[in-house]
Amino acid sequence: MTATEQTLTGAPSPSGASPLTAQQLSRASRVGIATASVLIGLGINAVLGEVRWGWVVVIAAPTFVLLTYVASRLVEGQRRAVDRVAAATATMAFLVVMLPLISVLWTVISEGASRLDGTFLTGDLRLTPEDLMAQRDGVAAGGAYHAMMGTLIITGLAAAIAVPLGLFTAIYLVEYGKGRLARAITTMVDVMTGIPSIVAGLFAYALFILIFGPGSRTGIAGGVALSVLMTPVVVRSAEEMLKLVANELREASYALGVPKWKTIVKVVLPTAIAGILTGVTLAIARVIGETAPLLIAAGVAQSANYNPFDGRMTSLPVFTYYQYVQPGIPTEAGVARAWAAALVLVIIVAVLFTVARVLAWILKPAGLR
Amino acid sequence: MPSSTITRATVTRRGDRVFSGLSRGAGIAILVILAGVATFLFVEGRAGIFGDTEEMSGSDSFLQYVGPLVFGTVFAATLALLFAAPLAVAVALYISHYAPRRLAQTLGYIIDLLAAIPSVVFGIWGITVLAPLLTDNIYPWLNANLDFIPFFSGTVSTSGRSMLTAGLVLAVMILPIVTAISREVFLQTPRLHEEASLALGATRWEMIRQAVIPYGRSGVISGAMLGLGRALGETMAVAIILSPSDGYFWSVLTNQNSNTIASNIALKFPEAYGLDVNRLIATGLVLFAITFVVNALARRIANAGFSGADG
Amino acid sequence: MRFRTKRAVAVTAVASLLFAACGGDDDTADAPAPADEPASTDAPADEPADEPADEPADEPADEPAPAPAAELSGTLIGAGASSQAAAMQGWQAGFQAAAPGVTVEYDPIGSGGGRKQFLGGGSDFAGSDAALKDEEWESSKEVCAGDLGAINLPHYISPIAVPYNLPSLDGTTLNLSPEVIAGIFANEITNWSDAAIAADNPGVDLPDLAINPVHRADESGTTENFTDYMAQAAPDVWTYGAIEAWDADGPGGGEGAPQTSGVVAAVAAGEGSIGYADASQIGDLPAAAVGVAGSFVEFSPEAAGRIVDASERTGGRNDYDFKIEVNRTPDSADTYPIALVSYHIVCLEYADQETVDLVKAFMTYVSSDEGQAASAASAGSAPISPEVQAEIAKSIAAISVAG
Repeated sequence: MTATEQTLTGAPSPSGASPLTAQQLSRASRVGIATASVLIGLGINAVLGEVRWGWVVVIAAPTFVLLTYVASRLVEGQRRAVDRVAAATATMAFLVVMLPLISVLWTVISEGASRLDGTFLTGDLRLTPEDLMAQRDGVAAGGAYHAMMGTLIITGLAAAIAVPLGLFTAIYLVEYGKGRLARAITTMVDVMTGIPSIVAGLFAYALFILIFGPGSRTGIAGGVALSVLMTPVVVRSAEEMLKLVANELREASYALGVPKWKTIVKVVLPTAIAGILTGVTLAIARVIGETAPLLIAAGVAQSANYNPFDGRMTSLPVFTYYQYVQPGIPTEAGVARAWAAALVLVIIVAVLFTVARVLAWILKPAGLR
Repeated sequence: MPSSTITRATVTRRGDRVFSGLSRGAGIAILVILAGVATFLFVEGRAGIFGDTEEMSGSDSFLQYVGPLVFGTVFAATLALLFAAPLAVAVALYISHYAPRRLAQTLGYIIDLLAAIPSVVFGIWGITVLAPLLTDNIYPWLNANLDFIPFFSGTVSTSGRSMLTAGLVLAVMILPIVTAISREVFLQTPRLHEEASLALGATRWEMIRQAVIPYGRSGVISGAMLGLGRALGETMAVAIILSPSDGYFWSVLTNQNSNTIASNIALKFPEAYGLDVNRLIATGLVLFAITFVVNALARRIANAGFSGADG
Repeated sequence: MRFRTKRAVAVTAVASLLFAACGGDDDTADAPAPADEPASTDAPADEPADEPADEPADEPADEPAPAPAAELSGTLIGAGASSQAAAMQGWQAGFQAAAPGVTVEYDPIGSGGGRKQFLGGGSDFAGSDAALKDEEWESSKEVCAGDLGAINLPHYISPIAVPYNLPSLDGTTLNLSPEVIAGIFANEITNWSDAAIAADNPGVDLPDLAINPVHRADESGTTENFTDYMAQAAPDVWTYGAIEAWDADGPGGGEGAPQTSGVVAAVAAGEGSIGYADASQIGDLPAAAVGVAGSFVEFSPEAAGRIVDASERTGGRNDYDFKIEVNRTPDSADTYPIALVSYHIVCLEYADQETVDLVKAFMTYVSSDEGQAASAASAGSAPISPEVQAEIAKSIAAISVAG
């Protein structure tokens, strides 16, 4: 605690010590508090019967926050105590959140890894009678190569439509938009965020029936359905990031006589690029796992189809869904394929994210790295 | 608005015209797409609202049909947001201001990654991992000790297909996206504001309260809004987890739950026939309207704050 | 009328037929660029002519399809009932092994969706848990070539088991009469120690445990067939008729779970639960023996297969149509009465020879012993009886190009 702080805020110095040497909770005492909390958790569990570690944690965590507050209040004063509680709460919230998320990830990895083999990565679902027999004996059969290709193509198409559309709309809203049109677009982007994914699928399906004839299910229809879902996410995040670019930067650029569009391209976008890329990857993440719209718009196929304008295209989430709900005989074979497909999807996204991170770092102006 | 008088004073160059034309065109394209979706919903849904209910299964009127679904949708999404929003903000703060820098980047990466796990997988995880855990440890206790609260009354579902499970899974699903956006905004807090606050002797928490949170409020709200939008429209996870019944149910532990609109569409659409299809699409229109209202409210709140471009 | 483009290209044997078809007016609208077609006819080398010759050598054992199958090529598009999806996997595998030039695609989008798509001209055949309704049959005359409309073929019989979760019974199979089953699902019998259950199961020590009846949360043909069973066999207890959507039209209560896998998981998760599900998917759960004709019968494919024989063909639209009114109260005690009968819906007349060849070959395979064995292996279905097979063969033989 500093002298300045005291004179400004008038906070009482705890236990009358000199401000510069005010007592702090030592590391040892914090470890002590943590140990005590765990012991209390264990104790209460033991009193109530058997010791279950889940409950020990549930009891120990709030006890730790409480003890920290009391100790800090006594030694360091009110403001420090609140600060410590905030830090402890944030850390704990973080741990609480990580538990289910790690659990999901762990389930996907542990269940999916068993079938993540060569056959799965290169094969498709055009099974032969021999495959079906082998499957009954527990031999791995069938793969998701076609679904991987489908996911990449459909998501790629969706991004190719939604990213430029969303980015330019965000630029319009932040840099040009005034008056009614901008307000209308803002409102409509809000509306668009609310389109249920299944409705987007129905819309794309109906639209492409007009173009390709009845019953048509194509990759492009899936891509359009996903782009409808993706665009508002891109707009919103890009808008938010563009708004955060300090106006001083723009004005400095204008003052140097740089035209507006060049200012946007050379100054505004690079400054915001990391945030925008995060937004785009999140938008991709938002749609790459979509099942319902693709079920309707892109259909199901057994083998690879590289042409998004003709024929059905399976994607990984659709594959996962069908292998889970209709696993066939024996059910284990289908369920194992479902988990493996989910794992592949996670891996694809991990690669995409890594690429986006690296790109963001490269594109960022040197000063901001 | 950031557009300044300086540009207007200079000669409009061709580049500017093209660029502004492009961005305006993109905005208009969005309006067109939306008009397309709305037209489709309305044209296809009209017969479901005004058509002869004799030819449809179940309820006597559209309102009777859609009422419980609206209730279920809002209920599930509210539960999800109640759990997720405070946690997400805390986690975002932890990552942006408490965690060691290197660790923070890794954590942010993992959380972004989780946003991409298909909802089907969250659904399967919810029913195979989370639901048994809750039904074995938490639900019976809530039911036994707190059943004077209407939420916790009734017969506990033996397989955990209850509203609370659905709400929790939805919360887990929207956490990554709300966290990611909040974190991104918190990280954008101008260094100067933070340092000024610290220089005046503020503790870290006081600095966050004075500089980071006010600065990021609009972003956090729009992140929460995206999360809420996702929770409202979430289809597969709810369809896999929730045990639906017809009617309004406040209890969150039983097999009797109001279904959500999106899940209802997913469950009914494949086998629906005739006017039932139109009615399902009409419920899609209702969902659309609900999300719109929620979003409009949130945006109004967000606009009341400030952002860098305004300052 | 137009059907979806058959992109694939014929091998020598059918090349001339295809060429003739291309000359017709039906194939033009969404067909590939005309330039492709001559190329295909003068370049049979694209698809090695020795391929059909190779194939039998690879699989000498079961070569069920008639000789032409191996020479066929093209894509056959089907869509419809998700109940058939697992069976379709077996049929696709078997048929495509016999006819390597053919791809059969099947979208398990649901019966209603499948019929709709078929009637919109979006698929070559539909899979459906219900036969075409009368007004649908009328509109099938527009989409099918000629004016004979479409026919229903009962190709898939899937026994529906009634699995339960009562570990305390320790392997004893529970006997449940139709009235008891209906009572349980109508929420009138709510405890396993109920006197009505005890009456069916003398000497069994029934636990004092609440019953948790599990039903399908989605609309499904399984629900429709199961409720139809209760409505026919216990009309006094089950007063809700044959319904597809439980939460909208049923008695309320109980637990809803999506799809067969969901119901099985829900039953497995909670002690005291009982449900109904595709018999091949219930895993290790015990299934009740169901009361029929004064005794109790456990499900088996053979017992379920007899249901079509015991039932009446209705409709009378033409000689080739099989619309079956399933009789859930058969007289013989060796017929398992709860089964889902699912159809393939095809046109009697198509516009081009290629489609006719594909449809006939595929449907012939599906209804053959080999086809039925394939779906039994991949989906645990019950075989259709030889008598019905013979009738179906006549119908398939009648499929032709519109005159």
